[in-house]
Amino acid sequence: MTYLIKGARILGGEARDIRMEDGVITEIGTGLAPKDAETIDADGLIALPGLVDLHTHLREPGREDAETVESGTRAAAAGGFTAVHAMANTEPVADTAGVVEQVWRLGREAGHCDVHPVGAVTRGIEGRQLAELGAMADSAAHVRVFSDDGHCVDDAVLMRRALEYVKAFDGVVAQHAQEPRLTEHAQMNEGEVSGRLGLAGWPAVAEEAIISRDCLLAAHVGSRLHVCHVSTAGSVEIIRWAKSKGWQVTAEVTPHHLFLTDELAETYDPIYKVNPPLRTKADVEALREALADGTIDCVATDHAPHPVEAKETEWSPAAMGMIGLETALSVAQAAMVDTGLLDWAGLADRMSVRPARIGRLAGQGHLPVPGAPANLTLYDPGVRRVVDPAASVSKSRNTPFAGLELPGRVHATFLRGRPTVLEGKTV
Amino acid sequence: MKQHLISAADLTKDDALLILDTAEELASVADRPIKKLPTLRGRTVVNLFFEDSTRTRISFEAAAKRLSADVINFSAKGSSVSKGESLKDTALTLEAMGADGVVIRHSASGAPHRLATWVRGSVVNAGDGTHEHPTQALLDAYTMRRRLGDLEGRRITIVGDILHSRVARSNVLLLNTLGAEVTLVAPPTLFPVAVGTWPCEIAYDFDAVLPKSDVVMMLRVQQERMNAAYFPTVREYSRRYGLDARRMDALPDHALVMHPGPMNRGVEIAAEVADSTRSTIVEQVANGVTVRMAVLYLLLGGSEPAIGNSRTEGE
Ligand SMILES: [Zn+2]
Repeated sequence: MTYLIKGARILGGEARDIRMEDGVITEIGTGLAPKDAETIDADGLIALPGLVDLHTHLREPGREDAETVESGTRAAAAGGFTAVHAMANTEPVADTAGVVEQVWRLGREAGHCDVHPVGAVTRGIEGRQLAELGAMADSAAHVRVFSDDGHCVDDAVLMRRALEYVKAFDGVVAQHAQEPRLTEHAQMNEGEVSGRLGLAGWPAVAEEAIISRDCLLAAHVGSRLHVCHVSTAGSVEIIRWAKSKGWQVTAEVTPHHLFLTDELAETYDPIYKVNPPLRTKADVEALREALADGTIDCVATDHAPHPVEAKETEWSPAAMGMIGLETALSVAQAAMVDTGLLDWAGLADRMSVRPARIGRLAGQGHLPVPGAPANLTLYDPGVRRVVDPAASVSKSRNTPFAGLELPGRVHATFLRGRPTVLEGKTV
Repeated sequence: MKQHLISAADLTKDDALLILDTAEELASVADRPIKKLPTLRGRTVVNLFFEDSTRTRISFEAAAKRLSADVINFSAKGSSVSKGESLKDTALTLEAMGADGVVIRHSASGAPHRLATWVRGSVVNAGDGTHEHPTQALLDAYTMRRRLGDLEGRRITIVGDILHSRVARSNVLLLNTLGAEVTLVAPPTLFPVAVGTWPCEIAYDFDAVLPKSDVVMMLRVQQERMNAAYFPTVREYSRRYGLDARRMDALPDHALVMHPGPMNRGVEIAAEVADSTRSTIVEQVANGVTVRMAVLYLLLGGSEPAIGNSRTEGE
């Protein structure tokens, strides 16, 4: 099928027509003739390269009650994504070629977006012994990002070896930076609010200490380090310093850490419970600035679906995590574009180009030019909508943005020229 | 007053004084041969205890019964809850039973907040995790007021494991509302990191604050804290932060010694101090019933007077 998009503002620029044929953008211009193409009216819409998420929990295999590869990738498409990285903390853990190939294949069958499995760094994400990283890299899933996400690789020797080992296939270790001893029983950001609420504190230093160490390790062995879900102002400073040295350190921030603060815990509603925890207003501001100046390379959702009963409890026993694929672009618009910190080209860089580069995805993260793969998101920044968890495409409902009015809506998503979302509905 | 009593911060100064004055009125009932008032007849109070605390449960139970409420004790430990029933399901059960008031004790901070979103009746926090214990603060204030009069400008020193103490949190809030000046004393490890934002002073040197204290309230310190390196040994804790006879002598003559119980005699408080005439520890227990009567009456009693024309009834 050939598509002709009429009058889209590419990266927020002047209105242009975009022709897509055989999975590739073939022509960009004004007044292009439809010929035999299906025409899509994109008046007022912004065209962005298909979004790429470095951090998604699809829960399959093992927790299909919360999400499946099919439902999670449909949610991703609805949010404007054309590629997601599926985290390894499934049951069983994605620590073998067999499991990563299973997840990869499920993604292909579902067809809503590309699924790139993340391989576990250690067997069973237990932090004791390296998983067969090479086997996962060589598998059909072609794994390049490795992470024990949910757990920190806190053993310095294991972390050093993992960083070194993945150089053989240009891999990257994505670290969930959380010093375990400093965060035993931790429930929320340690600060004024935690003290008042009597919830065990999760100090910023638990994140920053690991990031500092990992930056030094990455520099020492000349490897690529990616820092997951940066959440504190202090972490930003350390990463900025590491980058100033020319070290190969990249970082991501979640939409919720760009937008929400720890004061939300005052309700004791575990919908706001997440790892790393929501921090303070000062942290949110530092994270926004860091994303704007490129210290933080990209937005990654950390989409973490949980069934209702895991959140309808007291705070302490509740599960940590929030869904985020369907609201990511809207939250990013509110936090970064509407505030004037980034323009649409900047946001495209942080939500598509850079994450694709970090994940070494050759077919993703290309700006819309003739010859580029036809991965596109058409986005209407002008509408406003109130987030309704019941309407989520994801199987789960645990969105912290429920009831909030957010700007923007994904109108259409194209994966290699094929629509996965049209008129705001998944195809 | 608000519908629930979950935090001492829910109380304005007028609310707090109303509770304390009502408690004074109700105290007269305790001196009568028949201790029961008809005020809450036909109302149901559920004691929902997810954590063992016989003292607090008995105190609330006695308070509700003296007001003629129907009392249902729901000890959730070892019941369906331990078989995985959620707090929400328990709440819905209470709703079906038509509970007018739910007194909840829970090991998780914030459990009463969650409960209040699922039930229509009034929720009274009887201690949640390391968060708050507002009726304890009320009975402490009541005890102080009976001994010292108005608390405005009184200097109250609270000593011990502030970090994990729901009693300390509620006391700081309530005493501040009542105009008292609170000083918290503990080793630095047992303060929350942002304690500087609390409406009180903090000190590491117990001896320095003794001479200017009208009240010293000692908190129970769990010996297991030592294993998490909050302090080196129980002996060292006791030497630096325990109230012994020597320290008691450094207090002004009128100063009171309080403890919410249960005590670790010989750790945070010496036996001779606990048993001295300055100690209000036994009084605190008796006052607990009276103050909880006042709270239940004001939350559940509606417009009826607490002591309507002295109409007292037998069982
Ligand atoms: Zn993580």
